[in-house]
Amino acid sequence: MTASGSRLILPLAALFFACFVAPLLVLLALSLHSDVAMKAWTIGNYAKFFTDPFNYSILVDTLLLGVKATLVCLIFGYPIAWLCARASARWQSVLLFLVILPILTSVVVRTFAWIVILGRQGVLNQIAMGLGLVHEPLRLLNTEMGVVMVLAQVQMPLMVLPILTVLSKMDPNLADASRVLGAGEWRTFWKVTLPLSLPGIIAGCILTYSANITAFVTQSLIGGARLIYMPLHIYQQAVGANNWPFAAAISIIFMMAVIAVVAVLSVFARASETYGRA
Amino acid sequence: MAERNSIQWDAVSIKLVFGLLSAVALVFLIAPTVIVLITSFTASQSLKFPPQSLSLRWYTALWDADQMQRAAWHSLVIASWTTVISVVLGTAASLAIARSRSPLLRAADLVFMSPLLLPALAFGFAALIFVNKLGFTPSISFIVLGHVIVCVPFVLRTTLAALSQLDPALLEASESLGGSAWMTFRRVTLPLISSGVGAGAFLAFMASFDNVPVSLFLADERSEVLPIHLWQQIETNLDVRTAAASGLIVMFTLVLMLIAEKFAGLTRQMR
Repeated sequence: MTASGSRLILPLAALFFACFVAPLLVLLALSLHSDVAMKAWTIGNYAKFFTDPFNYSILVDTLLLGVKATLVCLIFGYPIAWLCARASARWQSVLLFLVILPILTSVVVRTFAWIVILGRQGVLNQIAMGLGLVHEPLRLLNTEMGVVMVLAQVQMPLMVLPILTVLSKMDPNLADASRVLGAGEWRTFWKVTLPLSLPGIIAGCILTYSANITAFVTQSLIGGARLIYMPLHIYQQAVGANNWPFAAAISIIFMMAVIAVVAVLSVFARASETYGRA
Repeated sequence: MAERNSIQWDAVSIKLVFGLLSAVALVFLIAPTVIVLITSFTASQSLKFPPQSLSLRWYTALWDADQMQRAAWHSLVIASWTTVISVVLGTAASLAIARSRSPLLRAADLVFMSPLLLPALAFGFAALIFVNKLGFTPSISFIVLGHVIVCVPFVLRTTLAALSQLDPALLEASESLGGSAWMTFRRVTLPLISSGVGAGAFLAFMASFDNVPVSLFLADERSEVLPIHLWQQIETNLDVRTAAASGLIVMFTLVLMLIAEKFAGLTRQMR
C-alpha cells in the first residue's frame, strides 16, 4: 500500500485523539487532584479507595459478578454454537437470527421485559407457584441471582458468535479420527472438540466478561439501589455526590481492572491457539 | 452387543444434553422479547402477564406522549449522524489498516477497538469532564461525537472482515488498466465490501440508538434521548406507555434486522 493509502487513517485517528485519548488523559489528571480546579497533585483519591473496605468490596463484587454471568453464558452458549455448527445453512441462519435478536433489541427494553418476568407477580413466580415448586413468591429483582440471569441473557450472543466461528472452521476429520480410533462421542468432545475450540471460548469470555461488568443499565435496573457495582458507583459519585475527582479515580481503577482481565485472557488465548498445531 | 449399545447411548446422550441446554438457552433468549411484545397490547393499567384482555390503548396513548416523542426524535437524529460519520471515517481507516503491516497502524486499530471493551460509562464521564474543562456545555453535537467513538468499532470490524476476503488481483487489474485510486475504490472495492459496510452501519445505528452510558453524561433536558427517557420512566413509575414504546422499538428492530439480513446478510457478517 502506498503512503497515500495509509493517510486514510488520519481522520479517524484525529477524532480518536481529540475525543477519546484527550478526555481519558484529562480523567486521569483529575483523578490525581483533590478538586476540579486542579491546583495540587495528590494520590489521595486512590488511597481513599483502597483503604475503605466499602469501596474495595464493590470492585471485588463487580469482578465476581462478571465471572458468574460469564460462566452461565458459557454453559448455555456453547451448546447453541455446537448446534449451530451442525445445522444446515438454512437452520443456521434462523438460529443465528434468534441469537442476535436480543443483542440488537434496546437494552432498556430487554431489562424492562425482565422486570415483568422476575417481579413478585411476574411470569417466573407464577410458573413456579403453579407447578407447586414454591409456596410464596421468590424475590428475584434486586438480588444478585436476578442480575446474573439477566446479564447472561443480554450478553449470550457475544459468547455464541466467536465459539461458532471456531467450531465451523474446525477440521471435521479430527473428530472423525478420534471416533474411528474408538473414542466415544463424549470422550471426543472433551479431548478433541473442546480443546480445539478454546480460542473461541476465550474470545467469547473476553467479550462477555467486559460487557457483563460494565453493563450499567442492567445492573442498576435489576439490582436496584442496594446492589452497587462499579458503574453505578462511578455514576453515584459523579452525579449524586458531585465528587468528580473521586469518581475519576474510581473510573481509572475500574478501567485498569478491565484491561488487566482482558490482558490475562489474551495471553491464555495466544497459548491455546498453539494447542491444535502442537 | 453391549459395546455397541454403549456407543449408541454415548451418541444419543451428547445430543440430548446439548439439545436440552440449547433449548433452555433459546427460550431464555427469546422470552423477554415475546413477553414485552404481548404485554404492550394489554388493556389493563397493570403490567401483569399474560394480560386479561388485549387492546391498542397504550399505543394510541403514545400520540400524546410529547416528551417521549421528542426524545425519540433526538435519538433518531443522533443515531443517523453517528452512523454517517462512523461509516465514512471507519471505512477510510479500514482501507488503510487492511493493507498495512505497519505496527503503528496495528496499534491504532487496537485503540479504535478498545471502546468495545472499556467501560463506556467511564468514557462518558471523561467526555463530560473534558467538555466542561474546555468551557463548553453539553449539546447534541457532543453526544454525536461521543457515540461515534463507541460505535465506530462495529463498522471497522465488519469492513475489515469484508476487506480480508477481497482478492488483491482485482485491484491490481483495475490499476493496470489505468483506473485512478478513487475509481478503483468506487467501482471495484466498494461494491465488493458493501455488505460488510452495510452490516457495520446497521450495528452502529442500533448501538447509538440504544446508548445510555455516554448519553447519560452528555445529554440534558433539551437533548434527552429515548433510552434514557425510558430508563427514568422504568425507575420511577412503571407506566404501561413504556411497554407500548418498548413494543414499538422491538418491532422497529425486527424490521431493520430483516432488511439488514436481506441486503447485507447480517447473520453471515456477524460470524
